[in-house]
Amino acid sequence: MIALDIAIKNKYYANSTAVVLKDIQFSVKPGEFVAIIGPSGSGKTTLLNMLSGLEDATAQKLLGNSKSLHDCKEYQLGYVFQQPRLMPWLTVNENIQLVLPTAQERKIKTLLAQVGLADKGDYYPKQLSGGMQRRVAIARAFAVNPELILLDEPFNSLDAPTAAKLRLLLVNLCKSCGSTVVFVTHDLSEAIYLADRIIFMSNSPSSIIHQVNVNLPKPRKESGSTELAWQSQLMAQYPQILSGSVSTD
Amino acid sequence: MSPLYGRLFMLIILASTWQGIAWFVNSSDFPSLFIVMESFIYHFFQGELLVNLSVTLTRVLISFTIAMILGVFIGIVMGTSKRINQLSDTLLIIALNIPALVTILLCYIWFGLVESAAILAVVINKIPTVVVMIREGARVVDNDLLNVAKVYKLSLSKTFFKVFLPQLYPYIMASARAGLSLIWKIVLVVELLGRSDGVGFALNTLFQFFDIAGILAYTFAFISIVLVIENLIFRPLDKLIARGVHHDSA
Repeated sequence: MIALDIAIKNKYYANSTAVVLKDIQFSVKPGEFVAIIGPSGSGKTTLLNMLSGLEDATAQKLLGNSKSLHDCKEYQLGYVFQQPRLMPWLTVNENIQLVLPTAQERKIKTLLAQVGLADKGDYYPKQLSGGMQRRVAIARAFAVNPELILLDEPFNSLDAPTAAKLRLLLVNLCKSCGSTVVFVTHDLSEAIYLADRIIFMSNSPSSIIHQVNVNLPKPRKESGSTELAWQSQLMAQYPQILSGSVSTD
Repeated sequence: MSPLYGRLFMLIILASTWQGIAWFVNSSDFPSLFIVMESFIYHFFQGELLVNLSVTLTRVLISFTIAMILGVFIGIVMGTSKRINQLSDTLLIIALNIPALVTILLCYIWFGLVESAAILAVVINKIPTVVVMIREGARVVDNDLLNVAKVYKLSLSKTFFKVFLPQLYPYIMASARAGLSLIWKIVLVVELLGRSDGVGFALNTLFQFFDIAGILAYTFAFISIVLVIENLIFRPLDKLIARGVHHDSA
C-alpha cells in the first residue's frame, strides 16, 4: 500500500504553452479509493499519466510514501487505460503473463476466474467482446499486486449492465488486494458507488475545486436510496459542480 | 473449389497453353513441355543441375539472411528516430536507385571475383528495399501499447520482442517475400558476371549453345523450389503471424 502526496504547480501540454493543470494539490491515504471527477478535457488523463510516469513530471512534487514516485522502481503500479490496450498477438493468458516477471500459471488462473473469464485464457483479445477485454485489462492490472492502481474511465462506452458488473468486480478486487486507488471518471453516481473520497476538478486549466468524503457505509448499492440522497444533496449544494464550477448561481 | 485445387487448375491451364503454343509455333526456339522435361531429366541425372541449384540457393540464403537482419535493424532505427531518419534519408534514396548492375560490377572490381564480393553485391542491392518497408512499419507502431510496457516496467527485451516487434511482423513478412524473389534474380546476374558455378553460370553456358530447353529446365527447377519455400515456410508463417489479429469480435 502506498500513500500519495501530490503537488503540481503548472503542467503544460507537450510543446505548447497552454496550461493543462494548475495548482493541483492532494494526498491519498494508503488503501484509500479516490475518484477524480471533472469535465472532459480537464486533464484528468494527463494527471494519471503523470502519476504513472508516462508524462513528464519534472519540477512537480509527486511523492509515494514520501519518496519520489518515479525514482523508486520498487513499488508496483497497475494502470487500467480508457481502452483495454491488450496485445492482439498474445492470448489472454499471455497478456497477463507479459506483465509478470516469472511464470505464474496458477495466479493467472485464479485472477481470470475472479473476473469471470476462467475458460477464456487461450482466446485472443479480438475473439472477446469489449466488456471481456476490459475485464482482462483489469485482471492484468491486479496481477502485479499493485500498491497503486490507476483507472482512467475504464467503464466508458460499455452498456449499463456490463458496467455495473465490472464495478462490482472492481470493488471485490480492491477489497482483496488493498491497493491505493485513483479512479478517473465523469460519472458522479459511479464515483459515489466506488470511492472513499471524490475530488472535483475545474475546466482547463484545471485545478481542484472541491473535495468530499463519501461517508456512506460499504458495501454500497448502485443507485441505492442512500446513495441517491447523498448525490442529490451534493448537487443541491453545488449545482454546477459537474461542469467544473462551485459557484452557487 | 478448394484453394489447392484452384492453384493446381491454374498450373494446368498455364502448362497446356504453353504446350498449345509450342505445337502451333513448331520451332526449336519454343520447345514443348516434353522437351523441357526431357532436358530437365537429362541435366538432373548428369548431376550438375543439383550442384548448381544448391550453390545458388546457398548464396540466396546467405545474402537473404544478412540483408533481412541488417535491413530490419536499420529500418527500425530510421523509423523510430526522427533525427537519424533525416540524416540518412537521402542516402537511402541514393542506395535505392543505384542500378543493381553497377553495385555488382563495382564489388567485383574492388574486391575481386570472389564469393564474398558476390554476396556483398546482393546484400547491398537488397537492404534499401527492406529498410523502406520496415521504416514504414516502425513509424506507425502503436504508442499506446508501448506505454503499457512502460507502465508495467517490462524489461527492454520483453518490450522489444513481445510488444514492439510483433507490430512489425506483417512488414517483415512482406519484405521477406519481395526480398526472396528479388534476391534470387540478382544472384543469377552476379553468377553470370563473375562466378564459375551456380544457376546463373549454367544459364550463361546454355545460352552460348542456344540450348533453350536447358534454360527453361533450369527455370522450371528454380521456380519449383520457390513454390516449395512459399508453401512450406511463408504460408505457415503468415498463419502464425495472423493469430489473434484477424478474428472478428465475439
